[in-house]
Order: sequence, then C-alpha cells, then structure tokens
Amino acid sequence: MSKNKLKIKKKNASNLKAQIRNYWWLFLLPVVAAFIIGFVWPFFQGIYLSFCKFKTTSDATLIGFSNYSRALADQSFVHSFWYSALFAITSLVFINIPAFAVAYVLTQDIKGSNIFRTVFFMPNLIGGIVLGYIWSMIFDGILSHYNTSILLNSTYGFWGLIILICWQQIGYMMIIYIAGLQAIPTDMLEAAEIDGANKWQSLFKVIIPNVMPSITICMFLSITNGFKLFDQNLALTGGQPFIMNPDGSTVKTTEMLALNIYNTFYTSNAASRGTAQAKAVIFFILVATLGLVQLKFTREKEVQQ
Amino acid sequence: MKKQQKSKTILTVVLSIISVIYVLPVVAVVLNSFKLNTYVKTHTFAIPTGEMWAGFSNFIKGMTFGNYPFVKSASYSLLITVVSTALILLFTSMAAWFIARVDDIVSRAVYYLCVFSMVVPFQMVMFTLSKTADNLHLNTPWTIPVVYLGFGAGLAIFMFVGFVKSIPLEIEEAAAIDGAGPVKTFFQVVLPMMKPTMISVGILEIMWVWNDYLLPYLVLDRTKYMTIPIHIQFLKGSYGTVDLGATMALILLSIIPVIIFYLLCQKHIIKGVAAGAVKG
Repeated sequence: MSKNKLKIKKKNASNLKAQIRNYWWLFLLPVVAAFIIGFVWPFFQGIYLSFCKFKTTSDATLIGFSNYSRALADQSFVHSFWYSALFAITSLVFINIPAFAVAYVLTQDIKGSNIFRTVFFMPNLIGGIVLGYIWSMIFDGILSHYNTSILLNSTYGFWGLIILICWQQIGYMMIIYIAGLQAIPTDMLEAAEIDGANKWQSLFKVIIPNVMPSITICMFLSITNGFKLFDQNLALTGGQPFIMNPDGSTVKTTEMLALNIYNTFYTSNAASRGTAQAKAVIFFILVATLGLVQLKFTREKEVQQ
Repeated sequence: MKKQQKSKTILTVVLSIISVIYVLPVVAVVLNSFKLNTYVKTHTFAIPTGEMWAGFSNFIKGMTFGNYPFVKSASYSLLITVVSTALILLFTSMAAWFIARVDDIVSRAVYYLCVFSMVVPFQMVMFTLSKTADNLHLNTPWTIPVVYLGFGAGLAIFMFVGFVKSIPLEIEEAAAIDGAGPVKTFFQVVLPMMKPTMISVGILEIMWVWNDYLLPYLVLDRTKYMTIPIHIQFLKGSYGTVDLGATMALILLSIIPVIIFYLLCQKHIIKGVAAGAVKG
C-alpha cells in the first residue's frame, strides 16, 4: 500500500466522529422526535398547565400558584401522601429483611437453590392489575367467612397491599442482594473464619458492610416503588372504603398518591384538572428527588469499583 | 461438619415449604378458573369437584366476556409489545452509539434529558401525553409504539450508552479504515457486539409494555382497542355483576404465556432485571 493511500485511510478513521455526525438524521433523529412527543413536550406542557386553569390543553389561562394552594389544602391529597409514606416505609422493612435473608441462605450452597430462586422471582412477571385481582380473590375468599371484605376495612386494605407487594417484590430485591453477596471476595470470609469469627460475627462485621451498596439500592427502590404504586392499588381496593367528611368531601382511605392524582384528573369534575396537574408536579418533585439521590449513590458505587 | 449438613437440610425443607406457599396464589387462580362462579367466593381454596366443577365453561364464557373478544385484546397486547420492543431496541441502540461516539453538546443534552426522564413518574405527564398522542393520531395499536419509544427511551439509552462506552474505539476505527461507512460499521460491527445489552433491555421493555395498564388505557381509543390488562380491569371495574370464575379463567390465560416465557428465558430475565435495577 502506498504511503499516500495509508495517510488518507488514517484520516478516514480519525474522521469517524465527523462521519457519524453526518448521519444524525438516521441515528439520532427518530429517538429525539419520539422523545419530544412522548416525554419532553408533555413534561413542559404539564409544568405550564399546573399554573393554569383548564379543561382541555387548548383552553388554558394562567392563574399563578392557586392550583398548588388548592392541592395542598385538599384533605384527600394530604391523606394519600401520608398513607403512601406509611406504606413505603412499612413495605421497605417487610420486603428487604426477608429478601436479604433468602438471598443469604441461597448463597450458602443449598440444594435446589436455583429452583427456589425461580419460584421467588416468578410473581415479578405478573402485571399489577392481574396481581391485584388475584389477591382480592384470595383475601375475599378468607374474609367472606367472617362476613367482611377487603373493601370494607381500611386496615385489611393496608396490610393486604403490603402482603401483595411483598409477594411481588421480595424476589426482585433478592436478585439484587444475591448479586451483591456473590461479589464478596471469598478470601475475606475465609480470613474471618480463620480469625475465629462465628456465623453471626461474619454476617454483621464482613457481609453486611460489603453489601451496603446493594442495601442502599434496594431501600431506595422499595421507597420509590411504594410511592409510585398505582396498578396494584387500583385493582386491590381502588381506595375503598370511603369516609364522608362533615363538610361533604370524601376521603378514600386506602387511596395512594398516584391514584389520588388519577382520580382528581379523571373522575372529579373537569374544573379540578389544574389542581390535579399541580398535584402531579408535587408528586414528580418527590419521586425525582428520591430517584436522583439514588442515582448519585449508584454512580458513587460504580466509581469505587 | 455433620451439624452443618443437618442445618442445610433443615433450610432446604423450610425453603421448600415457603416455595409451596409462594405458588399458592397461582394455584388458586388455576383452581377457581375451573370452578362455578357461585363457589369462588365461598370455597376459594377448595379443589373444584362435584357440583363446583365448571369444566371449560369459564374459559368459553371468558372468550367473549364484557362484549369484547379476549382474542382481540390478547392480539393487541402482543402486537403492541412486539412492535414497541423492536422499535425501542433498534432506534435507541443507534442513538446511543451516536451519543457515545459523537459526544457533542447536542448529544450530551439528549443523554441527560433521557437520564432525567427515568425519574419522572408517569402521572406527571399522563394528561398532556394522552392529549398529545390523541392530536397526533398515535391512539391506535399500530401507532402507540411511537409513544412507547418516546416515554421508554430513557432507560434504554442509559443502558446502551453505558455499554458503548465500554467497547474500545479501535474496532470501529479498523472498520472505518477498511472503508466501511457509519451505517455499515454500526450494523455489521457495533450491533452484534451489543447483543447482551439488547437482551437485557429487550426483556425489561417486554415486561413493561406487556403488563402496562395506564398508558394504553389513556392513550388508546378505548371503544375500539383493549389490551389484556385493560380488558381485565374493565371486567372487574363494573362492580356487581362480576363473574369471578370467568375472570380467573382470563387471568390464567394471560399469565400462562408469561410463565412459559419466564421458564424459557429465566437466566436472561433475571440478569436483565438486575441490570435495570437503577430504574426500578
């Protein structure tokens, strides 16, 4: 190959970046176009509409912050916030402790651990609506013998949803914990054993500190999933039972944040859509803050490794 | 040593019992889908024998339950899931390569917007998104994949960019020296290398789209098109006249393909889900 030709081809290679850029309309444009339709435009329009009075997207007039003050004054919204928070924290405990315990046992070279893993993860593949109806059949099958129903008692509704979410998510968190546990160097555990540490000592002094990154991820995931829960909530109780306030407003006792926003948008009158959009923005700020903090934690973990 | 062996056997027994309890809800679905409606609530955990036995009548009834053929909602679910996943895999992998290699101000902006979109809950955009989709006639099963591509781009771009950054640039440069243009380089060199990430992203998208309820419920023209979750919610949503036996038959029909899919690609599914754990 002549020197000249080689030079040209080398130039070609260094020009790879410029060459790819020429094809922006093929590589980048389809996703960007869909992304604008499916996310960017609805997102910014949503923020704008939260400051407007509107029934449809075309008849909006700016009214400042009054949607927000109305949202925060709405008892059902405040109730759904505390209900979701209580749910998120309770589910965090009841999902993560069993998930870690099962993951720990399954990494101990147990017979049939693959089968157990398969079984525990299985509910994850079933969609939220279907899950809700499966469990509502089961709970009502039990409660009907006591002449009651999951729709009649908010305590049953709360714990019913906790049981459902544990059934669905213990297997998911278990997978993350197993990955974390398997990444612990075996010589570290062997060293602890030689130094005379018993099982409990090596669990608390060696294993748990080493899987801290997985624990962090799982805790954030359970909290955000708890706050974002919608399908399961809708299908299991749909917010029932309802309580009438003296002032005529109703509080749906088992209604979580996402369902409250949905109901404000679509089942109340159309005049409350501005309030609904303001609630959605507040909800977004809450979930995004949790998500971004989590992302930061995960990034830091990547840097360390 | 012997003591350890014994405690492991005990653990296996305990785990086996928990596993049996774990599959009971699915067993209950199977039992009740063969049970006459009147017995579902009173004898939920009984094996359907004698007068409780409904044969396949629940399944036959379920096929046209709610005046909407179940075959139709199942076909729409399948169509939307396959087309959306294919669109997402093709276009986001191309865009991710562009973003990772060009790395200029525009592609960085797109990347960070995508990462940002991952933490935005659907309720934030649901009203405006469904109106936008309506205006652009994206409200049919054939066009809704565009909405999925847009709203689901975030996680896919995030995962693909992460992968592309880990492949050495030399391989692509060698292809360029051999005279391949960007299109050829991508499809013949980069795309085959992306296969593991493709599988992970594909599984996450399939699980998301197949089970998704609210997005298609709000976007699709509900009088004409239903997916499986919408159909099941529609049946139960109309309180009072619910035929629980037929509903359970439909639920069973809708989870059978999922469980078969799971048993066939279990390893990939578990790996994919663990890889996507950043989003949750």
